[in-house]
Amino acid sequence: MNSTPITDAAFALCLALLLLAPLAIAGVALINTGLGRCRSAAQALLGNLAIVAVTAIAFALVGATWIGGAGHVIQLADRPWNWLGTGSYLVGGLSAASAHAQLALLSEFLAVALAALIPWGSGADRLRLTAGCALAAVLAATVFPLLAHWVWGGGWLSQLGVNFSLGAGFLDGGGAATVQVLGGLSALAVVWIAGPRRGKFPKEGLSTALPGHNAVYVLFGCLLALVGWLGWNVAGALLWLHVPLSALPVTAVNTLLSAAGSLVATFAVTRFRFGKPDASLCANGWLAGLVASSACAGIVTPVESLFVGLVAGIATPLLVELLELALSIDDPSGAITVHAVGGLWGLLAAGIFATQPGQLVAQLVGIATLLGLVLPLVYLLFWLLNRVVPFRVDADGERIGMDLHELGGGAYPEFVIHRDESYR
Amino acid sequence: MKYAGLLVMPAGFFLTIAALVLFPDAAPREAFVLCGLAVECLGLAVAVRGHMEAARGEGR
Repeated sequence: MNSTPITDAAFALCLALLLLAPLAIAGVALINTGLGRCRSAAQALLGNLAIVAVTAIAFALVGATWIGGAGHVIQLADRPWNWLGTGSYLVGGLSAASAHAQLALLSEFLAVALAALIPWGSGADRLRLTAGCALAAVLAATVFPLLAHWVWGGGWLSQLGVNFSLGAGFLDGGGAATVQVLGGLSALAVVWIAGPRRGKFPKEGLSTALPGHNAVYVLFGCLLALVGWLGWNVAGALLWLHVPLSALPVTAVNTLLSAAGSLVATFAVTRFRFGKPDASLCANGWLAGLVASSACAGIVTPVESLFVGLVAGIATPLLVELLELALSIDDPSGAITVHAVGGLWGLLAAGIFATQPGQLVAQLVGIATLLGLVLPLVYLLFWLLNRVVPFRVDADGERIGMDLHELGGGAYPEFVIHRDESYR
Repeated sequence: MKYAGLLVMPAGFFLTIAALVLFPDAAPREAFVLCGLAVECLGLAVAVRGHMEAARGEGR
């Protein structure tokens, strides 16, 4: 693990910012719940909570061992490739570790929880609670530590600058790759394996609209996410990009501008396409702006950050529509577009706007790693996991709702739930 | 078809790694990194196409 010295002031600031970061988790949890159906709301929110708990335990027991330390190095073409961390077992010796190492580990505990929540939103209304916890444990114990070591822990992606003269190596201050794209690609794997919700894609005709049940949860989740993201991006700029304290306000402004630009663009696109702005798509646009800012808020100028947000905001509603209508991908939370595509765009933008030569290629190599290695690996692990812990609930469970089926009671017991037309 | 696409994607990744190792000059390295990404996109497109057929075929 990187043990760069950190001043007392920077340590206190970074710790305070990381303690705000769970608000991003709370925001995403509310968005996941609000975009699902009312008959699965309690199961969805309980699942978010259980996933945070399971990832913390799995990461402490297994994942943290693979993330830090000097790392295993192989020599290829006379260059070192640091591919796996060698941290202490069971988070041992944490109190004696350097201040930077302690903050890094806290950041990674929070990061893995957020990464594992993202596929849970995509599997809404059909993913079993045990399956959600199992896939979170797999992510926290295997793929996340591997990727986080490569990007944050002195692994080969972070060393691309030293070993191949590619800028400053792969840059990801706010976890766009390790959290957002990993989560988004995991969401794609879950959707592929679990399949669409029953009645979503009839054999003939257009796909059935299954709108989210609570726009207030979704939009309030966006506001919570802003606070969490500000903490996350600024802490990440300190921890991983080693930005001086004087440059941190710009990182925060960039985060806000990216989200703002994205929301305005999505608002305009949905108003132009549908005649009225769409609340859930605007929420997705806002979140896509935040996700894109994770990669580049600590690197770009405010104007560039606004541009990054505008592009994310234009692309989000169009891609959500494309995925559902043209590609038959049933993603209730829009996580694949928001987290995977938004994160990839942010990583690319960090390379486009960087001033160091070779930085764009470093970012492209990171993107190629995510698409070419991480996605197939996650799919393989989830496919195997699905054989042991079936992801999808049975048809009867899906019909009565996940709340009644898995918890024995609904989130809104006094509501009368209307008959579902898709089951005729 | 989905599995074929998912198998093509690591090939693109290894092409990218090969570009780093084999080409010290910037221009051919960039070109091969882009080729690697293009192969990955091709694999992703095939995998998505395979999923579409399965999703529509199930008609859940």
